[in-house]
Amino acid sequence: MGTHVIKMPDIGEGIAEVELSQWHVKVGDLVVEDQVLADVMTDKAMVDIPSPVHGKVIALGGQPGEVMAVGSVLISIEVEGAGNLKESAAPAPVKEAPVVAKVEAVVESKPAPAAPRPAAVCQGPMVAREADERPLASPAVRKHALDLGIQLRLVRGSGPAGRVLHEDLESYLAQGQSNASAPVAAAYAQRNDEEQIQVIGMRRKIAQRMQDATQRAAHFSYVEEIDVTAIEELRAHLNEKHGASRGKLTLLPFLVRALVVALRDFPQMNARYDDEAQVITRLGAVHVGVATQSDVGLMVPVVRHAEARSLWDSATEISRLANAARNGKASRDELSGSTITLTSLGALGGIVSTPVLNLPEVAIVGVNKIVERPMVVKGQVVIRKMMNLSSSFDHRVVDGMDAALFIQAIRGLIEQPATLFVE
Amino acid sequence: MQSLNTTLLIIGGGPGGYVTAIRAGQLGIPTILVEGQSLGGTCLNIGCIPSKALIHVAEQFHQTQHHSQHSALGISVSAPSLDISKSVEWKDGIVDRLTTGVAALLKKNKVQVINGWAKVIDGKTVDVGDTRIQCEHLVLATGSTSVNLPILPIGGPIISSTEALAPKSVPKRLVVVGGGYIGLELGIAYRKLGAEVSVVEAQDRILPAYDAELTQPVHDALKQLGVKLYLKHSVLGFDGTLQVRDPEGETLNLETDQVLVAVGRKPNTQGWNLEALNLDMNGSAIKIDSRCQTSMRNVYAIGDLSGEPMLAHRAMTQGEMVAELISGKTREFSPTAIAAVCFTDPELVVVGKTPDEAKAAGLDCIVSSFPFAANGRAMTLESKSGFVRVVARRDNHVIVGWQAVGVGVSELSTAFAQSLEMGARLEDIGGTIHAHPTLGEAVQEAALRALGHALHL
Repeated sequence: MGTHVIKMPDIGEGIAEVELSQWHVKVGDLVVEDQVLADVMTDKAMVDIPSPVHGKVIALGGQPGEVMAVGSVLISIEVEGAGNLKESAAPAPVKEAPVVAKVEAVVESKPAPAAPRPAAVCQGPMVAREADERPLASPAVRKHALDLGIQLRLVRGSGPAGRVLHEDLESYLAQGQSNASAPVAAAYAQRNDEEQIQVIGMRRKIAQRMQDATQRAAHFSYVEEIDVTAIEELRAHLNEKHGASRGKLTLLPFLVRALVVALRDFPQMNARYDDEAQVITRLGAVHVGVATQSDVGLMVPVVRHAEARSLWDSATEISRLANAARNGKASRDELSGSTITLTSLGALGGIVSTPVLNLPEVAIVGVNKIVERPMVVKGQVVIRKMMNLSSSFDHRVVDGMDAALFIQAIRGLIEQPATLFVE
Repeated sequence: MQSLNTTLLIIGGGPGGYVTAIRAGQLGIPTILVEGQSLGGTCLNIGCIPSKALIHVAEQFHQTQHHSQHSALGISVSAPSLDISKSVEWKDGIVDRLTTGVAALLKKNKVQVINGWAKVIDGKTVDVGDTRIQCEHLVLATGSTSVNLPILPIGGPIISSTEALAPKSVPKRLVVVGGGYIGLELGIAYRKLGAEVSVVEAQDRILPAYDAELTQPVHDALKQLGVKLYLKHSVLGFDGTLQVRDPEGETLNLETDQVLVAVGRKPNTQGWNLEALNLDMNGSAIKIDSRCQTSMRNVYAIGDLSGEPMLAHRAMTQGEMVAELISGKTREFSPTAIAAVCFTDPELVVVGKTPDEAKAAGLDCIVSSFPFAANGRAMTLESKSGFVRVVARRDNHVIVGWQAVGVGVSELSTAFAQSLEMGARLEDIGGTIHAHPTLGEAVQEAALRALGHALHL
């Protein structure tokens, strides 16, 4: 049995301190490789710390909220085998350096012969340097490394005394890329540039919410194929007849209507799950979040009381909200309070998607693209307009059977559009 | 109340502040700089530059006087006289040219300069008079001030370096309290200008920040100039004469016309409502990280305000970096070494680790020096004292430090700093052809001697 110590990693950009946000394990827990142990946060990003080993947690290095220095011990895990912590972790004995009093006594000396350079093929990207050892590199190389986002201490220095040269930065970047040695045209030239974009503001918020959702909820996705020929005919007809006076309809208001009708029989899908209080709140009102892409990222404006809206009413509200969200004019109220979410990439909808829940909701319905396909209807191959619905549910509180029945209900409503309006 | 908006606001127009502003201007960042006195700060107005001017006057006068008595060079001149008001006028001319130059550079880079005392309201708001300035990034660069001794309040015959740099007359007798670089630079200059100079220092040697071997040539030069040293003496007070206590506890009365207090500098944290920010401190300085960031987001502190080493060139580099950080670049303040120069006579320069520091860092080092007594160029400059010393790792010969003492060695700081930043080994310096005859040959020879084969020794 040995002890494997995980230190607070250097997340980069010279950040010396990192806030420990949350533990996902406690002392005594058995952890497996890649299991998330903790979340840590810098002022720029939230980062998962996965376990590199199997073992048992024997000590935690700090409390959530604690700001820890990079390199300090985050967690100790008891592992089979030797671990990475020496039993006697005493500092290496410091030899009393002989005082060089008489320089004359220094005989003509040569630097210690450098270790034979390893063959190029076995040069790993990592270079063992002490944590506080400063890599030898000129100011220009150091600046270039900062610009490229490279941690110099990881770069093998090929210069005298291990000095890191510009060439070393280049070869470090090139590692892992195809080693095409033949001359290539400019269009096929290797590119080693990197661009760093700070995750801040809206993007950071989205990142946190998505990460939160995927960590907390037990996502499962269910995909069903729906024949939308009939509803598309209805839509075309309505647009032809009323488009000029009432506005054009997209498929979204029909889907909102289908949700409203289906939810009457599946109230568990129109709910919020407070996992800390362990309470599920089922809601009578159907507030449909409509995922919308804006310049700054994903936003989810909310169509309130969809159960009380006609097709055109929903359509008008969806387009008003989408514009408001895209222009950054949407109010806080308009961006919160949904009970179920609809997500659509429109023409880019693809065949299947796995939507991420908009917590604390328990269901999200994703719309894929409509394509014409040969289908077998009553023994005949006919061309039908087909569309997939890709939906995700929180399996903690939604059973698979219920989810499947819910989607089948939606399918039934859409394939027989009249049933959307039969009370 | 007038209100202004800007991206970057800098408080303090010294070397740190004005360089931040110039670089920010180059990068297209809307910038306002607030300065309460004169652009250029301590460095240009009452520090580095005027002291070097006064030292030059003193040296020229001293040389002429030397030749009027017994010139080995065969020069004969009549005894010189000094019109110190003209000297000060000449010095002021240099200061004016430099500060005007700074103003022009700021203007060229579209930096708005506001004259007045800043009062910090919060991390994004600063008042100057009845103008309120809102900013996204705030750079604090208020520099440092002389440390005062309560028992020797500045006034009348008791002066600080500021008064010493603008003398109306040269006192017959001057006692310098403090044997650090400021006290010695000015003490030597005043001695050369004709004053009888004494230096009172509480520790057992001058320039206590540096090792004894390095300061010995300065010590010898002071003796030769006739500067009296009162080492291990502490100041008790002043009532017409300066009372000091000698190591045995006896009180001495030093007759003097002026007392120059030069006991160090401290970060200038008072009088501009810094308290409003409630920043984390590091002693009397503002605590910063490797990107000069304080404990408050988007508030930076640079230069003397952020503590030791209080050097203009450090402040400038920090300022340049902060401007680039604000423009979105990835930067870090991580020099291998920052050169420190004392413009005493002889000059003294320290870059990187001294032998003691290298030892304390657990490095097994070769230490080697080469004396200017064996350097032809030094002889032609009538300079025989001093040496260049190199400190290099024994295992791979990477140089970790340089020190030198001697006439004109301040200019060697460039070569020293460059070799450290480039990660040079002894062989690199030994293998570089150094022009003959120059003082720089001693640099090459020190490296060769560390390798066991100096040529001229």
